[in-house]
Amino acid sequence: MEILRWIWRQLTSMRTALILLMMLGLASIPGSIFPQRNQNPMKVTDFVTHNPTLAHWLDKIQIFDVYSSPWFSAIYILLFISLIGCVLPRSIEHVKAIGKKPPLTPKFLDRMEGFAQLDRPTSGALDTAQLWFKKNRFRVRREAGSISAEKGYSRETGNLLFHLSLVLLLLAVAAGGLFGSKGEAILNVGDRFINTPTSYDNISFAKFQGEGDMAPFSLRVLDFKASYDPTTNAPTDYVLKVAAANPIGSKEVLKTIKVNSPLTYGSTKVYLQANGYSPVVAVRDKSGKLVFEGAVTFLPQDANLTSIGAIKLPDMVPQIGMVASFLPTADRSPKRGAFSAFPEVLDPRLLVSVWMGNLGLDSGVPQSVYRVDTSKMQRIGLKALGLGQIYNFGEGTLTFEGYKSWVNLQIVDDPGKIYALVGAILAILGLLISLFTRQRRIWIKVDDRVEIAGLAKNGVPGLDEELSSLRQALEKDER
Amino acid sequence: MTSRNLAYLSNYSIYSAMALYTIAFFAHAIEVSFSVKTTEVDDKTSFDFSRTEKSGRIGTAMMILGFIFLFAGVILRGASAHRVPWGNMYEFSITGALAFSGAYLFALAKYKLRWLGLPVSIAVLLTLGTAITVLYRPSAPLVPALKSTWLAIHVSAAIISGGVFLLANTIAATYLILDRMEERGGRSEWAKKLPTLEVLDQLSYRLVAFVFPLWTFAVIAGAIWAESAWGRYWGWDPKETWAFITWVAYAAYLHARVTVGWRGRKAAWLCLFAGSTFLFNYIYVNIYGTGLHTYSGL
Ligand code: HEM
Repeated sequence: MEILRWIWRQLTSMRTALILLMMLGLASIPGSIFPQRNQNPMKVTDFVTHNPTLAHWLDKIQIFDVYSSPWFSAIYILLFISLIGCVLPRSIEHVKAIGKKPPLTPKFLDRMEGFAQLDRPTSGALDTAQLWFKKNRFRVRREAGSISAEKGYSRETGNLLFHLSLVLLLLAVAAGGLFGSKGEAILNVGDRFINTPTSYDNISFAKFQGEGDMAPFSLRVLDFKASYDPTTNAPTDYVLKVAAANPIGSKEVLKTIKVNSPLTYGSTKVYLQANGYSPVVAVRDKSGKLVFEGAVTFLPQDANLTSIGAIKLPDMVPQIGMVASFLPTADRSPKRGAFSAFPEVLDPRLLVSVWMGNLGLDSGVPQSVYRVDTSKMQRIGLKALGLGQIYNFGEGTLTFEGYKSWVNLQIVDDPGKIYALVGAILAILGLLISLFTRQRRIWIKVDDRVEIAGLAKNGVPGLDEELSSLRQALEKDER
Repeated sequence: MTSRNLAYLSNYSIYSAMALYTIAFFAHAIEVSFSVKTTEVDDKTSFDFSRTEKSGRIGTAMMILGFIFLFAGVILRGASAHRVPWGNMYEFSITGALAFSGAYLFALAKYKLRWLGLPVSIAVLLTLGTAITVLYRPSAPLVPALKSTWLAIHVSAAIISGGVFLLANTIAATYLILDRMEERGGRSEWAKKLPTLEVLDQLSYRLVAFVFPLWTFAVIAGAIWAESAWGRYWGWDPKETWAFITWVAYAAYLHARVTVGWRGRKAAWLCLFAGSTFLFNYIYVNIYGTGLHTYSGL
């Protein structure tokens, strides 16, 4: 029991808390130097292939997952407990002290700052002083021959508010990790999205979050417009228009989503994250029967949206796979071959190489939808198609019917967010109050002479001016 | 006026500001070095401030003029791109230099700080020189992710905090130099004009305490912006991580002073350390870092 109490005392001392805070700072450094799995998994893979032994050992101490590692969490949780244990008792103390009077005037004022004596005491000195204190909004304690006055009580209030807000902030961040969900969905213009897990391309749930907790809304993508600077080709604006229904089935409302302005439903937000093109194609077999028709999502490769993708036709016999590129504004140079010269669609081209054989879809290994595994296939054709053109590749025909824009929506539910914001705002408020309030005490003692003195916490300036103002008030009275 | 003309005008303003800061630098250097030459034989009046008073005043006048031209340069740069002038590292640097010299002028009005003009003018010159030679980029519109009112709020708060942090650093460094001198038997003649160690110590603390809330606000505004742009308010991106480290370092500095009572040398070192985490974030993470904050082309 004694030991426990000792541990608790050590843990909740401010020194420990500060050391923990510094440790949290230090512990966050490796994550900014080594690539992190949750931010950039490709880079981690790269690092591992280049430094296999080093990476093996680094991985043992979670250097690639610093911010979710047990040791990082341990520091975080200890800091949290320490902060509570440190600040809570002080807060209770502080609330208790609200109505209390300032402490008694000390016996010997001459040891204090700005000590001064005035000769010729007057009977009214204490009254004058009290008036001056009242006018300057000091809290006053008057005894027989002395006054003890205090000002700047709100410094401690602000200080405690700040530290308690940090606790709230830490709690909110933790809540974000325990509740909520985060996922992505790629939608073509015209597609409908219903907020259920199956509509996502990928989604992850926090520990205590179930599918039933998802916000019940649906979206229909009406239009997406990207604007580009004609000289630099840099994007200047992205505007996504959707028809949204919340809850599902209610009347649809027109909403606009932009990069910096997500669509919000409670704690769920829908962000516009990325965009690209989906060429619309139709494939017919030798007999002319339609095998496939629709928009195929392609992946942008550069700033001018040169995009690559795959058209897979597992139902044709033999199976057909097409490795394709889409060029929104086609251009050609001897060095680079065909490429896109501008991100908007001005002169679109679909380049396909057609492969025949086994797509390998039933091998059990998941395949990228943007690539064709051509290891068991042979190439039977190569063609560049303009809009509306038809290509006969022997086993059938491919029609380049058009194109659509796609958008990648990131949908995040973080119920802790709002508390984090409140915590942050209160923290700044508390900080301002505590850093800009000067806390000081001033005493006056009257017997055969008048003595005044003061004490400023942390040596904040301005006490001298106040003391001399009080002194002037007293001296004016003397005359 | 066309965008391009505005951008040229901005460049001329920056060049003019550099010329003015150069004059200011020499004026302050003359002030510092010539006030020590003694004409009297008497040991006790071995340096004479009045001789160089004029030079010091010229220095201050040039600092003010330089600030005005730099201010114009920053505003014109923004006008040329139809946005706040904080889109790339060149623009961060000129605005940062503006904040730094602004912090100096502000402190100059409140305290007797003219001596600081020498290190401040050197630092501003170096920043502007690097900016215009190495970091310069033609004026261009922003990519969509940077289009937000939070850009203006977050970046201006961060840049102002940075300017004041670096000023506090300059003072802390001066403290350490003078401290060493005194330890080795006394200040050199030129340094006798500078304030006492205690004043320097207080001053750097005051500056940090003054901007720490602003820095806190800058970090939070960044989180709010990140939330609206990227869907998460905190992702331990390198830039965010180092902003946090800077925050922790300054919090440690404030605590060390207020609650543990560190003063003087130890506090000055801690202040320098905290300031260098800020610089590290700006230089290293911007150039070599990866992450959402690093937009291509600096
Ligand atoms: C997490 C980062 C922290 C920051 C940024 C921070 C910041 C501050 C600030 C600005 C002050 C006011 C200084 C002044 O009076 O001028 C202060 C005071 C104080 N802090 Fe913290 N603090 C932090 C963490 C902690 C922790 C973890 C504890 C203890 C568990 C703690 C305990 C205290 C105490 C007791 C004071 C009062 C000092 C006094 O009034 O003399 N702080 N803190």
